[in-house]
Amino acid sequence: MQRSFIAKNPSVLIFLACLALFTLIVTVLSEGLGLGMISTSFIKTLGKTLCLCLIAVAMDLIWGFTGILSLGHFAFFGLGGYMIGMWLMYERTRLIVVESLSQAEIPPTSSEVVDAIGNQIFGVVGASEFPLIWAFADSLFLQLLLVVLVPGLLALVFGWLAFRSRVTGVYLSILTQAMTLALALYLFQNDSGLRGNNGLSGLQNLPGVEASQDVVSLWFLWASALALGLGYLLAAWVVSGKFGSVIRGIRDNEARVRFLGYSVETYKLMIFTLTACIAAIAGALYYPQAGIINPAEIAPIASIYLAVWVAIGGRGRLYGAVIGAAFVSLLSTWFTGGQAPDIPLGFYTIKWVDWWLVLLGLSFVAVTLFAPKGMGGLVDLWTQARAPNRHGADLGPDDSALREQEASK
Amino acid sequence: MSTLLEVSGVSVTFDGFRAINNLSFQIGEAELRAVIGPNGAGKTTFMDIVTGKTKPDEGRVIWGEKSVSLLKMSEAKIAQAGIGRKFQKPTVFEDQTVQENLLMALKKPRGWLSVLSYRAKPEDLDKVAELAKEIGLIDELTRKSGELSHGQKQWLEIGMLLAQEPRLLLVDEPAAGMTPQEREHTTDLLLEAAKTRAVVVVEHDMEFVRRLNCKVTVLHEGSVLAEGSLDHVTSNQEVIDVYLGR
Repeated sequence: MQRSFIAKNPSVLIFLACLALFTLIVTVLSEGLGLGMISTSFIKTLGKTLCLCLIAVAMDLIWGFTGILSLGHFAFFGLGGYMIGMWLMYERTRLIVVESLSQAEIPPTSSEVVDAIGNQIFGVVGASEFPLIWAFADSLFLQLLLVVLVPGLLALVFGWLAFRSRVTGVYLSILTQAMTLALALYLFQNDSGLRGNNGLSGLQNLPGVEASQDVVSLWFLWASALALGLGYLLAAWVVSGKFGSVIRGIRDNEARVRFLGYSVETYKLMIFTLTACIAAIAGALYYPQAGIINPAEIAPIASIYLAVWVAIGGRGRLYGAVIGAAFVSLLSTWFTGGQAPDIPLGFYTIKWVDWWLVLLGLSFVAVTLFAPKGMGGLVDLWTQARAPNRHGADLGPDDSALREQEASK
Repeated sequence: MSTLLEVSGVSVTFDGFRAINNLSFQIGEAELRAVIGPNGAGKTTFMDIVTGKTKPDEGRVIWGEKSVSLLKMSEAKIAQAGIGRKFQKPTVFEDQTVQENLLMALKKPRGWLSVLSYRAKPEDLDKVAELAKEIGLIDELTRKSGELSHGQKQWLEIGMLLAQEPRLLLVDEPAAGMTPQEREHTTDLLLEAAKTRAVVVVEHDMEFVRRLNCKVTVLHEGSVLAEGSLDHVTSNQEVIDVYLGR
């Protein structure tokens, strides 16, 4: 028990090494800096995938470890994206507006500039005034703070209300889903202040940055990899100690934890808020790579996908969530991108763009029924094949049989 | 002997059914008490009320020398105040090792921040090892508790209770499903525990109660029917009629 954190959790080191290697290889092969074997659009896909892996880690914390099946974490992901998107859009529009107004004979006043920006941004929804929620949009620092604060606060208030009244299980899932749906529907309105169903666009262009997308995409890949690495480390640390024991206890028998003297509601609230913040950071890195965010991203289906990734990857082990998210979302890109070859059956041709969801649904059902440990369970097969864990028991019935300590040498 | 827990005039109604009816009960600082009674007498509901799981419709539950009311406190707060509870079914965290189970129960700050930064110190591990020895699980520390036998799980749960260092232990049918040897060990554990704290044992098995050799409270239809030594209550005609005679 006195060994260091890494020695107790060798999977963390392995994971970080794999992540670093992956980032290095992709960088070397990229168009921006290296050999040009990976296109910039695919770099963006990989960078986005890393962000999805990060939110999957958050989902594993809340679902795999604490047992709360939240179907609302993509709301926090989307909110994080909106928060950073507001600054990106404001600042870029400002630069354009300032440049065009500088052609005028009289230099524009600052209020004229703001009005022009408002016209540019809100013209599509027939408005020109900045709503109150854009008050800090001109400050990168404040918007970065809001990336964490807004989803964190929403999670705190929602979680407090839900956990305090002891809503659990499937009812809580429904409640989180309702929250996501309500938020999406609200954002779809034109007067929500976030451009309704148009969403925020042009987010891939960093204001004031001259570098080409080939390079910018690499920056985001690195940032996403760094965030995933740090997020993974944080999650692994949180679940490694007694806190991890308590939340796994809550998952397995909430009442017992309560009678041990732990305030279950507080623990749930803390882990819910923490995962919401992680999800928000993942979203803030994802949407500048996607270039556009609109309310459809927050729709409940996205959060259900998240649960599917984690289930297929394997719950209760952080690397399982990462594997699941990366594998399923990349596969989904492949199938829905029209790259998968059609299968002609003579009377009918299976087009994967249409049939991919059916395949995904079937594999979800199959995993739940036949391999509840998910893809992460394969790791167990491998480690157990090497050294069966006999928990200190002798290896055989004989007195002369090797004991576990001797056998492992 | 000063009173540790005083329950007076407590009543609970579930959908019109009066599970507890004007129940009064007292226990002192270091006392062992057996609670017996037929099914539906309200034994488990009584424990639910003391531990805060069920709120009574009326009555008072007073705790400790400061005479605080437990009725306004949450389950976690009551547990922190020093009331430990063992359930009828062994409920240990099966996915975690014996050591992790005991560490979680060990008396330490329960706030999320202190738990987050908590790392087991050598003396904590010694404490856990000592407890594990007491409950006969010292060789199983690194095993997942889900792999233990039924009796071992019961002991682990008792060990977790002891680790909490409660001043009052509520134990629901500790000997259910145990072999005779296991029962004997369990009796020893409870008798040992009762030397330093109050222990309330709910039990059906009269032989087990006899071995505890303590004051007995008989519950019937939600209130106390008789109280006294086992011989005293078993010779009570009413007790024979409602409980023993059947």
